[in-house]
Amino acid sequence: MELFVQQVIAGISTGSIYACVALAIVMIYVAIGHLNFAQGEMAMFSTFIAWQLITWGVPYWVAFFLTIAISFVAGIVIERVIFKPLDNAPILSHVVMFIALLTIITSAAGFIWDFSIKTFPSPFGSAPLFGSSLISAHQAGMMVVTLILLLALFFFFRYTRVGLALRASADNPVSARLVGIRVSWMIALGWGLATAIGAVAGMMVAPVVFLEPNMMLGILTYGFAGAVLGGLSSPGGAVLGGFIVGVVENLAGTFIPVIGGELKLTIALCIIILVLVLKPGGLFGRATIQRV
Amino acid sequence: MSVNLEEAAEHPAVAVDIETRPLGRDRTLKILFGILIFVVAIALPFVTKSFFVFQVTMVMIYAIAILGLNLLTGFNGQFSLGHAAFYAIGAYTAAILMDKAGISYVWTLPVAGIVCFVFGFLFGLPALRLEGIYLALATFALSVATPQILKLSPLEHWTGGVQGIVIMKPDAPFGLPLNQDQWLYFFTLIVTAIMFWMASNMLRSRTGRAMMAIRDNPIASRSMGVNNSLYKATTFGISATYTGIAGALGAIVVQFVAPDSFTVVLSIALLVGLVVGGVGWIPGAFFGGLFVLFVPNIAESISKGLSGAFYGLILMLLVFIMPTGVAGFLALIRHKVLRRGA
Repeated sequence: MELFVQQVIAGISTGSIYACVALAIVMIYVAIGHLNFAQGEMAMFSTFIAWQLITWGVPYWVAFFLTIAISFVAGIVIERVIFKPLDNAPILSHVVMFIALLTIITSAAGFIWDFSIKTFPSPFGSAPLFGSSLISAHQAGMMVVTLILLLALFFFFRYTRVGLALRASADNPVSARLVGIRVSWMIALGWGLATAIGAVAGMMVAPVVFLEPNMMLGILTYGFAGAVLGGLSSPGGAVLGGFIVGVVENLAGTFIPVIGGELKLTIALCIIILVLVLKPGGLFGRATIQRV
Repeated sequence: MSVNLEEAAEHPAVAVDIETRPLGRDRTLKILFGILIFVVAIALPFVTKSFFVFQVTMVMIYAIAILGLNLLTGFNGQFSLGHAAFYAIGAYTAAILMDKAGISYVWTLPVAGIVCFVFGFLFGLPALRLEGIYLALATFALSVATPQILKLSPLEHWTGGVQGIVIMKPDAPFGLPLNQDQWLYFFTLIVTAIMFWMASNMLRSRTGRAMMAIRDNPIASRSMGVNNSLYKATTFGISATYTGIAGALGAIVVQFVAPDSFTVVLSIALLVGLVVGGVGWIPGAFFGGLFVLFVPNIAESISKGLSGAFYGLILMLLVFIMPTGVAGFLALIRHKVLRRGA
């Protein structure tokens, strides 16, 4: 029983990583209706920027917010330069574009900062929380950051005009344009926000998994699993989904033999397929209804 | 024509009309092309270096795999970012059969095809419920998980774990005066020809029309009496069969299988090859195969450290310049030439 509780708590703390990434995935999905396969690599690049700033002697929190700002702008630039011209292109062109973006970013990061593994500092320290070995201060801090992010997003979407406009242009671009919303800029804004959230996720994840150009592939897959489980259109659901995926992964790794460390990504695969087949909308997402 | 391409982006059915016949319906042109390709294909291994013969063999293998993906995506409208999994299953089936059971390489191909059909069909069943980006996501997860499954310790006795399996290169049969590379080239050429012939026949049959009807309008096809679920799952199986046979050929030609050759990178390469060649145009698979094999080398020759970045840039340029792949590009040129002639 003690082992069980221990694993659940450990699962929740890894889950906060996935929750963070899932939040970024949902953000871009709400804004553009696509899943960005380059999301993980974009977050990785942002984290490298933060690492560089910190190495240059910038204090942690200054570097933190500076990185978020840079990522926000970079996200908007990427949308304007690369994806806006493809507005009406078929979905496959978008997927290929994401792939191109992914290889460019990975290669550039490897070129600039090389492929060696780097440590990334944690603002919360790595000491165990309250002297218990179950959860470290950084993991607790990461959960708090994720929840703050979620709350901020909730208020943004619920109580600000821009948030409302963003939702409107995602829901019904034509009507949104008719009431005077600049739909195209709303999409760019969505990209900016998603990139900024990805940057936060990257900076929170990096102290745990270490910094290197390929650090996000596995995590992105779990992030997808979390986002799908919670419902791709629901930020709150994505965070909860991320936590659940973390717990399931840990419990399955502990109690089901064979799986152990070897098959962890297969769990993500199973979760994604099970959810999509049994409840395609996820736990909190809206089921998509098509008019025929 | 540029108007047509824009229109094509919005209406997949129009795009298909433009893309599937970039050379038009001119028979003499087709026959001339056919004879030219046949002569070049036969002469090639005798006039070029061994390594180049190997490369062309790999192009054909990738072309078969991309054709498999094209049947699924181009003709049935289902996405897949997971075809590396089926390629891996085919490769491992061939390698295990040759290594453990001592079966001749020729007979591993049909077995790999059947095994992959079963896996593909089974994966196609949950895929029935998924569309567009969701299917891309599920298949993406499949190909991320594949290397881990192959490394699994209970299977290690069969799969050789991380080390993989090394297999022997076959000699030319019947005392033909060919070296191993040349023989494998001709063997692959024969298999490729059969596979492409079968695919184009199937697409012209009742089955093929049903597949395309589902792609263009699932509701209409159902009301015409097509069993959508059965056809979609079967197409997934057939697509996996093609990719699996390509995988088996790949294992025989490369003489080696290991989990890390079948990562998500391979799935992505196949999808990229499909888009580059032209979605829904069968010969496009060869252009896709060329792209998959040669463009990473070109990118590397531009800059070693930034090869990935140049690969990505080439990809982006292609999407902008030839949004409908080589097929659309050829169609465009043909239209220009015809207009000038008229």
